[in-house]
This record gives sequence, C-alpha cells and structure tokens, in this order.
Amino acid sequence: MVNVQVYVTLKEGVLDPQGSTIENALQTMGYHEVASVQTGKYIELEVEEGNNLEARIEEMCEKLLSNPVIEDYTYTIGKGVS
Amino acid sequence: MKFAVIVFPGSNCDDDMYYAIQEGLGEPVDKVWYTEESVADYDGILLPGGFSYGDYLRSGAIARFAPVMASVVEQAEKGKPVLGVCNGFQVLLEAGLLPGAMQRNRSLKFICRPASLVVANHETGFTSEYGESERITIPVAHGEGNYYCDDETLKDLQASNQIVFTYEDNFNGSKEAIAGIINKQGNVMGMMPHPERATDQILGSDDGLKIFQSILKQWRKSHVLTT
Repeated sequence: MVNVQVYVTLKEGVLDPQGSTIENALQTMGYHEVASVQTGKYIELEVEEGNNLEARIEEMCEKLLSNPVIEDYTYTIGKGVS
Repeated sequence: MKFAVIVFPGSNCDDDMYYAIQEGLGEPVDKVWYTEESVADYDGILLPGGFSYGDYLRSGAIARFAPVMASVVEQAEKGKPVLGVCNGFQVLLEAGLLPGAMQRNRSLKFICRPASLVVANHETGFTSEYGESERITIPVAHGEGNYYCDDETLKDLQASNQIVFTYEDNFNGSKEAIAGIINKQGNVMGMMPHPERATDQILGSDDGLKIFQSILKQWRKSHVLTT
C-alpha cells in the first residue's frame, strides 16, 4: 500500500472568497506580512501499488477529485502526514 | 408526456417537482430512484434540487456517477428533454452535459428568496411560452450558484444563444449574471432558480409553470398528431 496525498486548489483567475476572507482576518489580527491566502482541499488515499499507479491517480483526480473547469490538482506518493 | 423525477440520496425538491408535473402540468410522472438503470421509458427527465450526497466533494460531483446517470446521459444524447434545477443543474455541469462550473456565492451565504429573472432566450423548447425578454419571478435557494466559465466558453454560449435566464440583480456573482443555460442541441437545460416552486399563485408566483408547459408543447409537436 502507498499513501497518496492529493491537493486540489482553485485555478488562477477563479475567485476564492474564503481565501480573501481569511486573508482579511489575518490582516485585521495584525499579520501584515500575509500577502495572499488561498484555500483548497486535501484528500488522502491508501492505494494498492500497481503498474499504472500514477496514470490511475491522475484519472481519479480528473474524473472525480477535482473539477478541471475551476480546479487544479497536485499529488504526492509516499508517506502520509500524521 | 411521461416524466421522470430522478431522486438521489439527499435530493429534497423531488416532491415539489413531482407536484409541479402532476398538479401544475397535469401529466404523468414517476419518481425514479438513483439506483435504477434505465430512464428510456420516459419522455422527459427532471433532475431536482437538494443536496445530493450531502454536497460532499463538490455539489453534484458524486451524483454524476450514480447508476441512473448513464441512462440519463444516453437519453440526453438521443435528444430527450432534460431539465436540471439547482442541484440538478450542478449535476448536469459535473456530468459535462452543460459547460461551466458552480462556485460558492460571492457573499459566501446561502441565499433563499424570490429572484427577478430575465428570459434571455425565449426561443428554446423550455421557454417558448414566455415573451421576448420577459421579466419573471422565481425563487432561488442555493449556496453555490455562482456560475463560472472561462471567457472562451462564455463567448461560445453568447454566440449560440445558450444563455436562457439571467438575474436582474446579480446577487450571487455569476458570470454575466447567468441563471440558466441550455446545450447547443437545445434539449438539456440547467437553471439555479426553482420553477417547480412557482407553479401556482398560492405559492406566490406561477411564473415557473411556463417552463413545464413549453416542454410539453415541444413534445406534442413531434408526438401528438393534430388534424
């Protein structure tokens, strides 16, 4: 089994109202060094190892885990975060 | 004309849709559970609002892979009328039957109130009973109704007259105030406002009824002999 970590984020140019709201809050709290905040999703999978591992993960990301119209994804294969 | 109202786990406007067809339009209608494998026996397919699969991952993202959807897509490709309302619209977007995607409302708030709409295209099989640029009032109830598409897709929608409804007051931040769109073939329409909640004056408005009447009129043109 391998641990796959998938990160889904909004494409550039797509508004992220949650990110802007968090950014405003951090500014209000005095963290003026924060230049921008972007939100996204984190999805962790336990996957059986196989020949087409990467291709199949990309397929899962494109078909279900992300919506290519508004989202990008990245993934890493390896040890999970604990 | 026989209608199917598809019911996913978490749909909650299926009764309203059923009522709109049975009582408002006076046509036969069945509720079809998401595990069914065929909707081929029906003349029109309605995807109701709600929170299918709890809106997990993205609205409509899981429902789009429900067992019944393969047949819905097949019937849509055959040219049968398919109407998706609210969550039903989101399912059609996720299924790729309509272009674009939904984002959270600009205000991040769930908005539930009557909305003033403009009928931007009254020459479709879903809107033929309306007048040109008619102003109508139909309720909205959504948290993710902020329609998004890239500029290229928008140009394409505009060029092919696929924008069917727009908001008079763009309260959710939708691109070009889009409230409803239709596919190029003209048989699949999605809209965020709820016409099934506006089919009788007792509900505050019957402006939505004309959508169902338009669908029926279109169907009768090719299925009922008038001599």
